[in-house]
Amino acid sequence: MDANGHANGSSPHEVREHDVLIIGAGGAGLRAAVAATERGLSVGVVTKSLLGKAHTVMAEGGIAASLGNVDPADGWQTHFKDTLKSGKFINNWRMAELFSKEAPDRVYELEQWGALFNRTAEGKISQRPFGAHTYRRLCHVGDRTGLELIRTMQEKVLATDTQVYMETAVTKLFKNSEGRVVGALAYTRETGKFIHFKTKAVVLATGGWGRIYKVTSNSWEGTGDGAVLAYDAGAELVDMEMVQFHPTGMVWPPGVRGLLVTEGVRGEGGLLRNSKGERYMERYDKERMELSSRDVVARANYTEVQEGRGSPHGGVFLDITHLGYRGIMKKLPTMHEQFLKLADIDISKEPMEVFPTIHYTMGGVKVDPETCATNVPGLFAAGEVAGGLHGANRLGGNSLSDLLVFGRRAGMGAAEYVKSNGYSTEIREEELNAEKKRVMAPLEKREGENPYKIQQELQETMMEHANLMRNEDSLKEGLGKVLALKDRLPNIGVGGSTLFNPGWHTAQDVRHLIQISEIIIRCALERTERRGAQWRLDYDGPDEELGRVNLISKKDQQGEVGIEKREIPPMPEHLAKLFEEGE
Amino acid sequence: MSDSAAEQKGMASKAHAEVHSDEEATLEGKSYRLKIFRGDAEGGKEVEYEIEAIEGMVVLDAVLKIQAEQANDLAVRWNCKAAHCGSCSAEINGRPKLLCKTRVEEYEGQEIRVHPIRAFPVIKDLVSDVSWNYGVSAQIQPFTTSEQAPFTMYEEDVERLYEPKKCIECFMCQDVCHVLRTHHKHPEFAGPRFFVRSQWLEMHPKDEGNRLQFLKEGRGGVQLCNITKCCSEVCPVGIHITDNSIIPLKERVADEYYDPAKWLMRKIRGRRNGSSNGNGGTRSTHARAGIRTNG
Ligand SMILES: Cc1cc2nc3c(=O)[nH]c(=O)nc-3n(C[C@H](O)[C@H](O)[C@H](O)COP(=O)(O)OP(=O)(O)OC[C@H]3O[C@@H](n4cnc5c(N)ncnc54)[C@H](O)[C@@H]3O)c2cc1C
Ligand code: SF4
Ligand code: SF4
Ligand code: FES
Repeated sequence: MDANGHANGSSPHEVREHDVLIIGAGGAGLRAAVAATERGLSVGVVTKSLLGKAHTVMAEGGIAASLGNVDPADGWQTHFKDTLKSGKFINNWRMAELFSKEAPDRVYELEQWGALFNRTAEGKISQRPFGAHTYRRLCHVGDRTGLELIRTMQEKVLATDTQVYMETAVTKLFKNSEGRVVGALAYTRETGKFIHFKTKAVVLATGGWGRIYKVTSNSWEGTGDGAVLAYDAGAELVDMEMVQFHPTGMVWPPGVRGLLVTEGVRGEGGLLRNSKGERYMERYDKERMELSSRDVVARANYTEVQEGRGSPHGGVFLDITHLGYRGIMKKLPTMHEQFLKLADIDISKEPMEVFPTIHYTMGGVKVDPETCATNVPGLFAAGEVAGGLHGANRLGGNSLSDLLVFGRRAGMGAAEYVKSNGYSTEIREEELNAEKKRVMAPLEKREGENPYKIQQELQETMMEHANLMRNEDSLKEGLGKVLALKDRLPNIGVGGSTLFNPGWHTAQDVRHLIQISEIIIRCALERTERRGAQWRLDYDGPDEELGRVNLISKKDQQGEVGIEKREIPPMPEHLAKLFEEGE
Repeated sequence: MSDSAAEQKGMASKAHAEVHSDEEATLEGKSYRLKIFRGDAEGGKEVEYEIEAIEGMVVLDAVLKIQAEQANDLAVRWNCKAAHCGSCSAEINGRPKLLCKTRVEEYEGQEIRVHPIRAFPVIKDLVSDVSWNYGVSAQIQPFTTSEQAPFTMYEEDVERLYEPKKCIECFMCQDVCHVLRTHHKHPEFAGPRFFVRSQWLEMHPKDEGNRLQFLKEGRGGVQLCNITKCCSEVCPVGIHITDNSIIPLKERVADEYYDPAKWLMRKIRGRRNGSSNGNGGTRSTHARAGIRTNG
């Protein structure tokens, strides 16, 4: 196909119709697909990669659910409390309640569909300890739990009527004259052909936006498309300043900097030490030490390095040698292989060098807990793209169960909505053409700024100004740089054709990265306190007032980022009571 | 709550994080040359690129550096960069490799020629059309049980299933298998990847499906495999595909087809494998799930 033929914005497109369109094929999208298909609807799933390659596949440590197989005292109440404490109480408590109550069923459902977890001596699913979980709670299979989850879901979906559109990227949501979301425009990565999806409801399951930073555990996919699609369609986003820095990413060699070292290593007894050999966690959280919550451990690791007690490549030491070769091969085989192959380190003999890496985005699209509906009719969201459950800091293992609990709810919510609504999926032809034209622009321009260059500058800006320690001056400077990059977006030009052209694809993604970064910085400026992942050096501690609000961002009348402080409704009696008992 | 006063005080006070730069780690003056296939279904040629060498670089790093700096439209698949997702399979000097797990230094003193995997049609540059595999997968009878989870299963019952379950679907075994690569038996041969999947399904203590007819008479075609072990040699996660998946399946197929007594034994012992009801492991409607990559 030749790009020149598209100059008038009327490039041809194909039309596909579905009752429910699910954007994303990670754990959340696939679980939503199963739920909607079970209700007899026609379902389409689009994914930017091949099936089975989303971030979900990379999850290592495990899936949190209070089965109580190893610690019988565990129950949903404790899981609920741990989740809120870790989230510093700005979580949506209703989401956390549904989540902790339903997570066990979702794990058993995986087993029912063929997933295989490590077993206890009694023949039950085994559970391992993880940071800031009161009990041993993470169901796992070695250190490849995400692979088990996504493969199980993928095979489940392949056995249904769901239509999967692999390597297809959505660029815009369309609304009808009533303001309901009724369609989307996508291009196929392979040929660049456009598809206009006509659909009665859309479920966003597009994952997070860890790609806005340079040192990240996320793949090229994590560009926050879903949050921007929702924002552009008028949806509310919640607590976007909350970005999780995982305490342990690889630091050497440079090509793997940021690659995740699973929390499972600390779960299995891994010790953190600085260059002086001190177990410094005792200065940051004496009680929980290495298994403190992620925000605390990440800041501790960062501080040790900043204050000159780092390892040769600018990290700290994480030591698991006491498990021995056999123990490591049983519990953490993937980590062993990863370090041996990529860093020439045998972790059964030497410690690893680690440093915080961007990992997860707690903020996201605001949803109704029961149905995952957003404030825009016909638009639903689940998984990492949605916000609310994790508050100011996510517990390890809580994401995988989040995907299944709310993926299912979103699929059901969308199905209910579709069944009880009759309306037109027609949109204005001009809108369709304008979007196609916008998407084609970088190819038409050909000579222009390199999209990879802009992406890199953005990632460096966010690293420098919106990292895990923040202050007003630096954030403001960062905002200025991000806005300057935004102005340069129209200058992007890429060579080549529409045939599998990553330069052209990056030109689309970088717009999302920049928009999200702007929102994050603006929210980080508003939350003038220290709370979980948001750590303002120019403020002393948590602020009581701010602890009672969520920051809601939404596109305002002028098309700018509008931010509102919205009161969190008080917890009902039966939940509030849980915090009084015993603690 | 954990924001102890100690934590508040002990923390670093710099908001400007240091941005590490790759320049620190460039190997002074050293560069690498890679010949990369550039082209599409119609054909193409190798193009040579030169990049500055960075310590510990894997071939994927090199390819992405070329993409970012010299050839924005160079097509390559990747996701995890950690050998977990199986996206980045390609052929280096004719051998299938995960680009993210192969260090450039390994080829010191040799040419480095990077091509897409060849058992499937090339789309562009290093990207091939592997969608056929998902179609095959959709035709295998999924996990089927009448029991209700939670299951009681002991480590010793399931231990041997961990190995086939490690598969990251890189399709490199499919790429080297001569039945597909040389003889193009795609319509009647599922390939090693799907013998691996069939194996765990068949050996799962709770599964009641039966995929033996599929494997022999359906599109499985396990008898076409002549145990060359090429697939096992390339598997990046170390699955002993031939010994632990294919040979046991071949034995089962033989038992069940030619030795009814063994078949009966298994049934009586209460293991699940015996049932020959159902649809013989092929899903009644072939490829119901629509999969598309092709534009
Ligand atoms: C290395 C790593 C390890 C982790 N370990 C754990 C762990 O042990 N436990 C845990 O609970 N959590 C863990 N997490 C977090 C967890 O894996 C993720 O939060 C979770 O998998 C996200 O799932 P998701 O379904 O929301 O989205 P993803 O799995 O990220 O999938 C997003 C999907 O959306 C698609 N998509 C995005 N944009 C578009 C678009 N514009 N058009 C079409 N499709 C689009 C993508 O192609 C993809 O299919 C880990 C994360 C990483 C990166
Ligand atoms: S052992 Fe069989 S499946 Fe494996 S490569 Fe040889 S012929 Fe193919
Ligand atoms: S069996 Fe091994 S080589 Fe084959 S697809 Fe799976 S991981 Fe790749
Ligand atoms: S990028 Fe995932 S296996 Fe190489």
